Amino acid sequence: MITAHDSLVNDPRDRGGPAQSLLSVNGLIKHFPVKGSGFFGRGGVIRAVDGVSFDIRKGETLGVVGESGCGKSTTARLLMHLIQPDRGEIIFDGEKVGIDLPLAEYRRQVQMVFQDSYASLNPRLTIEDSITFGPRIHGMGELAARTKAHDLLSRVGLDPSRFAGRYPHELSGGQRQRVNIARALALDPRLLILDEAVSALDKSVEAQVLNLLQDLKADFGLTYMFISHDLNVVRFMVDRVMVMYLGTVAELGDGEAVFAAPSHPYTAALLASMPKMDPSERTMKAPLTGDPPNPINPPSGCRFHPRCIMAEPVCQTILPPLTASAAGSSQAACLALVPQSGHSLAAGLSMPEGNA
Amino acid sequence: MSNLVSIEGLTVTFTGRGKPVRAVDHVSLELEKGSVLVLLGESGSGKSVTLRSLLRLHPEKTAKVEGRIMVDGHDIMGLSKDEIGAVRGRTVSMIFQEPMLALDPVYTLGQQITEAILRHEDVTPEQAQARALELFEKVQIPSPERRLNAYPHEMSGGMRQRAMIALALACRPKVLLADEPTTALDATVQIQILLLLRALQRELGLSIVFVTHDIGVAVEIADRIAVMYAGRIVESGSVADILNSPRHPYTRGLLASRVERAKKGDRLKTIPGSPPDLTALPPGCAFAPRCELATDACRQQVPALVRGAYDSAVACIHA
Repeated sequence: MITAHDSLVNDPRDRGGPAQSLLSVNGLIKHFPVKGSGFFGRGGVIRAVDGVSFDIRKGETLGVVGESGCGKSTTARLLMHLIQPDRGEIIFDGEKVGIDLPLAEYRRQVQMVFQDSYASLNPRLTIEDSITFGPRIHGMGELAARTKAHDLLSRVGLDPSRFAGRYPHELSGGQRQRVNIARALALDPRLLILDEAVSALDKSVEAQVLNLLQDLKADFGLTYMFISHDLNVVRFMVDRVMVMYLGTVAELGDGEAVFAAPSHPYTAALLASMPKMDPSERTMKAPLTGDPPNPINPPSGCRFHPRCIMAEPVCQTILPPLTASAAGSSQAACLALVPQSGHSLAAGLSMPEGNA
Repeated sequence: MSNLVSIEGLTVTFTGRGKPVRAVDHVSLELEKGSVLVLLGESGSGKSVTLRSLLRLHPEKTAKVEGRIMVDGHDIMGLSKDEIGAVRGRTVSMIFQEPMLALDPVYTLGQQITEAILRHEDVTPEQAQARALELFEKVQIPSPERRLNAYPHEMSGGMRQRAMIALALACRPKVLLADEPTTALDATVQIQILLLLRALQRELGLSIVFVTHDIGVAVEIADRIAVMYAGRIVESGSVADILNSPRHPYTRGLLASRVERAKKGDRLKTIPGSPPDLTALPPGCAFAPRCELATDACRQQVPALVRGAYDSAVACIHA
């Protein structure tokens, strides 16, 4: 039996072997100037992504969660080279993107599916033309491209004889998102970035598309970066999860472990904010007060300190580094985990409920 | 009668362009005083159209509304323009998903709330201002004096949603209509707003009709749930009944396809197909084309909503 892992290792495009991360991001920074504020242009900057580093391992699904302004979509757009980072490097399968690995070659291997299935498709192109567009730009002959498009349409559950000639407005939201997935697969990518790809779908359709994504991942030996605000969907889909807060990584680690026992107080609050599924266990107290702060002029030190129940004076001054949690299953950026950081919980204890 | 709202045979047909669309089809509902009714459904299920009918917000030229709507003794359909104006805000008030569209961008929040109070009640501007401040405290806006002088764009999403709730409560309505008010909010803010609505409901004895597509949100806020599909109510009951023993195949399918209960990597149970096109509904049960229990009888006649034990009801001949 051929497993997803075999197909990954046997991929002729594989350079670094199974131990090499498919994608490594080091110290990614992107600041946007705030337009029109301040008479002399001394408005602030939006620190959308502010020193983010992570790996995506071959064949895994890395989930990215966080609230608005946390930088998850900016990170995705930086990875796609839709916008240029201010600083930081992106390494794809051991090769520096833009230096060792030409951008055109990288773009072929990394594709993206967006939330808005309608805005993502050209309304004047038929479904078939949308899917063949990419391969033809990259040099595939017309007939081969069409054959491929029909094959992909049936792989995503759309009968090509019925759907190939239709226009985007003739399809339902779920069907359009299937088309977007087929189009993303048309260049045989190795990494698919799914940015809120199921968020706009009705619940009964969302389940179908999640199943489809799992099937395609196994069939095509894909690696996923799965960005979503829906923690339930993320828990179901991912191997590892990255929790972002105001442009920084709050926690990164094994999905099941993080959801079962979060190490960062923000992760814990985020998970506790999820609506309950049992009417006899309703939430009685909101885990956090206030809104996520604005990424313009974010708080000093640990960005979460103004909303954190564990915050101490030291948290206002020191930016906590990602540190291994007590269980070792994740890394969290919290001074309570850093030995001798000055936080009262730092020595020996991993979480406050111990014997604080 | 303890029912503050009662809807009988509400049918809403939009006749704008092209084929007429029957968005709501013979919906009957009752809302007890001081309780929260959630209308749960997917896009196109008719939940928001039903809600808007309670305030007669549909354009008269392009929407044909039939049936009978009684709210606190007012026959909504029979009221004159002036009379419905008096009901809006005072008896029934509404909050929306997007406060930026519901609030006026060129007036401060304090101006908007005092204007609403002065429009409906015989009070002095000073009294209205005092009430506005009280309302901002009630919806737990920090530094309320300062925030009353803020414009909508100066506030964060969660604060704007609180301000809109304050505005909706300005004239002490008995019924609050909520159209997905937490859908656009972040998770940590959503739960705050749901808890606030629950607290206000208890404190003020409000009755709430709350529209959502999110089962989790329904669980957090509902006393009763009415599940809608293709313009009709397919099942209603207490929140515990719907969650623990759903009877309609659509409700069952919806609950079974939740990722919350699935283990990582499992195949999710799904409802095949997609929600129906309202301009081309099948003659019988609208869910029949997607239903594994469907028989010929289902395809011939629309099943009636049959009342069962404990004030529950289901529209399925197989339930």
